[in-house]
Amino acid sequence: MSHEAALHNHEGHGHDDHGHHEHHDTFLTKYVFSQDHKMIAKQFLITGMVWAVLGGLMSVLFRLQLGYPDASFPWLESILGKWAKGGQITPEAYYALVTTHGTVLVFFVLTAGLSGTFANFLIPLQIGARDMASPFLNMLSYWFFFTASIVMLSSLFVETGPFSGGWTAYPPLSALHDASPGSKTGMDLWIIAMALFVVSSLLGGLNYIATILNMRTKGMSMTRLPLTIWALFFTAVLGVLSFPVLLSGMILLIFDRNFGTSFYLSDIYVNGVGALSNEGGSAILFQHLFWFLGHPEVYIILLPAMGMVSEIMSVNSRKPIFGYMAMLGSLFAIAILAFLVWAHHMFVTGLNPFLGSVFVLLTLLIAVPSAIKVFNWLTTLWRGNVRFTPAMLFAIGFVSLFISGGLTGIWLGNAALDIYLHDSYFVVAHFHIVMGVASMFGMFAGVYHWFPKMYGRYLNNSLGYIHFWITMAGAYLIFWPMHYQGLAGMPRRYFDFSIWESFKQFAELNRFISTIAMIVFATQILFLINFFYSIFKGRKVTVLNPWEANTLEWTTPIRPGHGNWPGEIPEVHRWPYDYGKDGHDFIPQTTPVGENETGTH
Amino acid sequence: MATDLKTGAEKTKMHPYKMVLYTGLGSIVMMFAGLTSAYVVKKSQANWLDFELPNVFLISTFVILISSFTVQMAVKKAKEGLQNPYRGFLSVTAILGVVFMILQLQGFMALQSNNIALTGPRSNSAASFLFVITLLHLLHVLGGVLALIGVSFKSYTAKNNLENTLPVELLSTYWHFVDILWIYLFVFLHWIG
Repeated sequence: MSHEAALHNHEGHGHDDHGHHEHHDTFLTKYVFSQDHKMIAKQFLITGMVWAVLGGLMSVLFRLQLGYPDASFPWLESILGKWAKGGQITPEAYYALVTTHGTVLVFFVLTAGLSGTFANFLIPLQIGARDMASPFLNMLSYWFFFTASIVMLSSLFVETGPFSGGWTAYPPLSALHDASPGSKTGMDLWIIAMALFVVSSLLGGLNYIATILNMRTKGMSMTRLPLTIWALFFTAVLGVLSFPVLLSGMILLIFDRNFGTSFYLSDIYVNGVGALSNEGGSAILFQHLFWFLGHPEVYIILLPAMGMVSEIMSVNSRKPIFGYMAMLGSLFAIAILAFLVWAHHMFVTGLNPFLGSVFVLLTLLIAVPSAIKVFNWLTTLWRGNVRFTPAMLFAIGFVSLFISGGLTGIWLGNAALDIYLHDSYFVVAHFHIVMGVASMFGMFAGVYHWFPKMYGRYLNNSLGYIHFWITMAGAYLIFWPMHYQGLAGMPRRYFDFSIWESFKQFAELNRFISTIAMIVFATQILFLINFFYSIFKGRKVTVLNPWEANTLEWTTPIRPGHGNWPGEIPEVHRWPYDYGKDGHDFIPQTTPVGENETGTH
Repeated sequence: MATDLKTGAEKTKMHPYKMVLYTGLGSIVMMFAGLTSAYVVKKSQANWLDFELPNVFLISTFVILISSFTVQMAVKKAKEGLQNPYRGFLSVTAILGVVFMILQLQGFMALQSNNIALTGPRSNSAASFLFVITLLHLLHVLGGVLALIGVSFKSYTAKNNLENTLPVELLSTYWHFVDILWIYLFVFLHWIG
């Protein structure tokens, strides 16, 4: 509490002496129960990376099944035991793998791992604050996430297996213990893990919002904030407003599961159970509550990547971001529309066609702010003095994937087309490109760009280039063909396509996709090696501002301590994008506006 | 406080903890908005049981209304530096909070004695909704009561606790919030439900 109080007595008033005060950190308070936002960010990042490896490995396993449905791999039985009897993954295990892959990647990697890492790391550093509004709640946020991770991990080891009803957890599979093996203990643990995760994400979000609104340094008006901060701000707002709705949906689910209520369950007949005694429940109700979070969740995943890409592109193009206010406005528009489009996931649930057409219209409206962003990124690159660092390549890769995946969003946003394409590989291809891989690219861009600030060392560039090109090519090689499979009617979530005459033609293509998936996964190991090697042995950072960027984090010492700036927090005099202005390559935010300077932002 | 006239960034600053609290209240609102929307959707479908809300919920509404007044008085007295009235109003608020919780539980029992099952195979989702929504509100009240008990306990033991009125201000904001939230839920369940 002592340093928490010290952090708060002076926040943002430009005259504090916190940097001089000493507190003695033990191993436990420095690395484990740390309240330093930078350490918490690293905790989120490393935990997220562990989950990314596990989630990625799961996809390799089920791709193995899809690519080689007739083959037997004895080594699979030795790791998975009864889940791969005779060397082939069982259908139950396949569904469990797909479900856990989705849950883990969406929530644990691309929500906690992405905004947990970069909101924690960048918000105080880029707005000029000593730490978060409440470092203690921030620490709790990580430990709730950690506990959620342990619970989710333990669900992989229960006898009846982890939950296997899809990451969306629709009832009745999620509401009835006897609906499937994974619906028993696996689902109990899934709900507990997700409830803990929601708490973690709320505690984090409250902190991010309060910090951005209340703890900016002198001169840092809202329109002088880097776009990373704006993006993280809207991300936090989306999370704080949508996760509670998921929680309420899950509470009703818990009551249906454990206390015999009939919110979602009705008198359906279940094989092996008989007719249920429930009356009048509606499974569609859960879908509404789920997708009211589920759609904003897409932007919770995407916006941090957009923000970081904007920043990295401007720095490495040596040009101001094109259309700062338009970028900001489009972030705002996306955040609003995110709440008004959830039923486009439900066009085939018997939704009233008139209501459907309203959701079609609202969904297609998202194309407008998205296109504004894309054109602004491209015009930022235009005639820039582009430095192709690995971070920059991943940022450009993000834009490429966002365009490719966004265009198929226009198809799927149309109810008429979606009714045909729903639950096909077209959907799988669409959301993996636009939200999954694109956001991973944003995350990679962020890691490559801010690694020097995180660890005081550089990542290896050559490994970074190999990582980028294989991942970029691999992403398209994996997901591009899936569009055609989807158009041909190949449904998602099927265990084995070889028994359908109409999908036999895709056997070779499926094998090809699986092979590429394995190569791309192996390349991520290369990144992991680069990451952990560079933490300890990477080339040391010797200058304060290695990328010659304008933002405040580069005015801190190479390895900043808790409190970030040893002396006073610097004052801000300009927006963060004065690159190539009045003959200067870059003018940091801390430089006062000169007398003869041309118009300032 | 130094105010930068050019940007005006400092003008609107409140304590960051208040901002955290307000944002948190926003997220609680969304949770109950989700539940009451689900209620409205479900009500329009078949198999909905209409029943009278037990009168005890009306009494509990008055109790929590009065407690909002007492907690506000506690803040006022704390700001005036009057130790004893501060302690008194705070403790009364905590007691009223406990009374509210007991009344809510009696409401559940009144429903059950009228043969309206809240959970279980014979339950109708009308009653289940009432139970879940009220129970979740009750949990939020419980959090407030625990905090009230903690702060009142501290007001008796700590020597001088009126220098920093931030904890009691945050607490009163939260308490007003659960009060208003209950009034909304009561009106919702009584007239819309």
